[in-house]
Amino acid sequence: MSSDKKYVPSSPTAKWVEDRLPLMGLIYSSLGSGFSAPRNLNYMWNFGVLAGFMLVVQIVTGIVLAMHYVPHIDFAFDSVQHIRRDVNYGWLLQAIHANGASMFFMVVYVHILRGFYFGSYKSPREILWFLGIIIYLIMMATGFMGYVLPWGQMSFWGAKVITNLFSAFDFIPFIGDGIVEWLWGGFAVGQPTLNRFYSLHYLLPFVLVGVVILHIWALHIPGSTNPLGIDADGPYDKIPFHPYYTAKDAFGLGVFVIFYSIFVFYMPDFLGHPDNYIKADPLITPAHIVPEWYYLPFYAILRAIPDKLLGVIAMFSSILILFALPWLDGARIRSMRFRPLSQFFFWIFVVNTLFLGYLGQLSPDDILVFGWTALTFAQISTFIYFAHFLLIIPLVSRMETTKSVPISIAAAVLDANKKV
Amino acid sequence: MNKNIAIKGLLASMITLLLFINNANAAGDAKHPERNNYSSAGVFGKFDIPSIQRGFQVYVEVCAACHSMDLVAFRALGDIGYNEDEVKAIAAEYEYEDLLDEDGELMFRTGIPADYFPSPFINDKQARSANGGALPPDFSTLVKAREHLSFFPWASTYGEDYIVALMTGYQEEVPSTAPEGFELASGLYYNDYYEGNAIAMAPPLFDDMVEYADGTPATMHQMGYDVANFMSWASDPTMQERKEMGLVVMLYMIVFVTLLYFTNKRIWRKVKKGEDIDPTKL
Repeated sequence: MSSDKKYVPSSPTAKWVEDRLPLMGLIYSSLGSGFSAPRNLNYMWNFGVLAGFMLVVQIVTGIVLAMHYVPHIDFAFDSVQHIRRDVNYGWLLQAIHANGASMFFMVVYVHILRGFYFGSYKSPREILWFLGIIIYLIMMATGFMGYVLPWGQMSFWGAKVITNLFSAFDFIPFIGDGIVEWLWGGFAVGQPTLNRFYSLHYLLPFVLVGVVILHIWALHIPGSTNPLGIDADGPYDKIPFHPYYTAKDAFGLGVFVIFYSIFVFYMPDFLGHPDNYIKADPLITPAHIVPEWYYLPFYAILRAIPDKLLGVIAMFSSILILFALPWLDGARIRSMRFRPLSQFFFWIFVVNTLFLGYLGQLSPDDILVFGWTALTFAQISTFIYFAHFLLIIPLVSRMETTKSVPISIAAAVLDANKKV
Repeated sequence: MNKNIAIKGLLASMITLLLFINNANAAGDAKHPERNNYSSAGVFGKFDIPSIQRGFQVYVEVCAACHSMDLVAFRALGDIGYNEDEVKAIAAEYEYEDLLDEDGELMFRTGIPADYFPSPFINDKQARSANGGALPPDFSTLVKAREHLSFFPWASTYGEDYIVALMTGYQEEVPSTAPEGFELASGLYYNDYYEGNAIAMAPPLFDDMVEYADGTPATMHQMGYDVANFMSWASDPTMQERKEMGLVVMLYMIVFVTLLYFTNKRIWRKVKKGEDIDPTKL
């Protein structure tokens, strides 16, 4: 990136400031014309910017909602209703924030799968990938605690089920014993639980901002990958981020905002659970306790294993295994465009994970087809999930016959235009 | 290749969505409610004010004997066509505990628009005791709490349909269509649409139970429909404002995104064709 342009202050005042605080230079060389990116990025590369946009939206709406929300077991539910009914545009803020969590996860899932498909986790971007997984884990914690705050039936029972998972670690001396009571701040999910979840739900997004800055920093060392997966070091391989990708991201963001608005304005409760419109009642267990849609595949993995401890370990492993991906995948070529067999298994993996999500919202003994229960299918799917990482990726990536890769991005662009 | 990814992704997500919906409709053994038409449904949905007002009348005269509506204030009635004086008059029909007097005794005062609808019972325990052990649910968010996944979620009126079906779905005797071995416990009533078919609420509505101020014939179905409209408003009073703003946002965004599309295309024109590349230097 030594060839990238440097920021030149256009006025004496700007120069005076820049000599003392090179902030404009930093922005110029990280998001402006001074940062160059491969010229062939497709719309899958919009989702990082969209995720950043969602983080800002969640923080801004969240801070305003926090001005009206009351973290008390007797008033939390009513205060959310107060926001929706009485606070000026509170219904809008609440809908943007509640649906924003879902949008954030949707965007991040596409972003992760993009990384999967185009080999973004491979050398030299391993740490960039690790930071992404850490962001995802923090998001999951934040989303879970946020869902508890409205203190509806699903909030309460979801909190109870998820915190109870940690009782699986009971056998660990000193730490394990009483860990659930420690999380709850009492002997049941109650006022101390709600209060600390509120505090952490406010804190974690700012931790997220910090990790996101590291994520972007790590991105700027090697620069973005690209659909061809080859290094962009030829003379015409890169173009300035601004105006090319600012324009492309602006268009992508616009399309995304339309999609987001459909939920906010026309079906604000579609992604939530109707039971959360019933005030939390510790004495009445809902017929069906399900987490938010974005946790469902992992919930299915948890329930697929009959043993509690092993189930919890499997659930956490299903995400932590992503840390090993750069080494599980031994392919020399990054992009799956040139790895047809990997590509095929990638889509199996996507469909299998979506299917796990579907199973996650069923009751384990629901019968699906051939008299097989949801539990049986979840066990098969869980096996496929782990086999994908532990068997298919290590073997296929090392053995498959790959297609020929273009010599440079610019050459590929010229080639493609000749064909047309 | 890009198109390929988008199509595969879209297919995968559509299949999942279909599976979800398919399952949602199969869940439970209660009968699926019949669909009614509501002016509040759909993208251009508007509140049916005359029906909501009739439903409000049914609520006050019938439902409010057992069901609370804690989160709705009298002032909110301004949104369903009552003027300031009418709201004041409605509020004034209720009495509220007020501050303590000089001797520390509770004083009472008549209601004002800022007050919330009073509960028929002092607490849940009293409510249960008066209703054979069952707690009559609060009306404030009930329609939302009975929502359901549906194929056209932006037009979903499942909550309303459920209310209408429940209130008109009573049967005097356990029908032959009941689940095998079904036995009705004493004090319960048979209802096709209630999960488990045995409900503690006595049939709440019958023909001509109220006399509508606007002269609409008060059939059982009409009253159920009006109450459902009223409860729908009580659950989601900003529905119309939300959809109206949504329309403006959508139109604005579509124009804006079109401009962004052409801007982007213009900026990329040369680079896309590779006109900036000197083939001899590759």
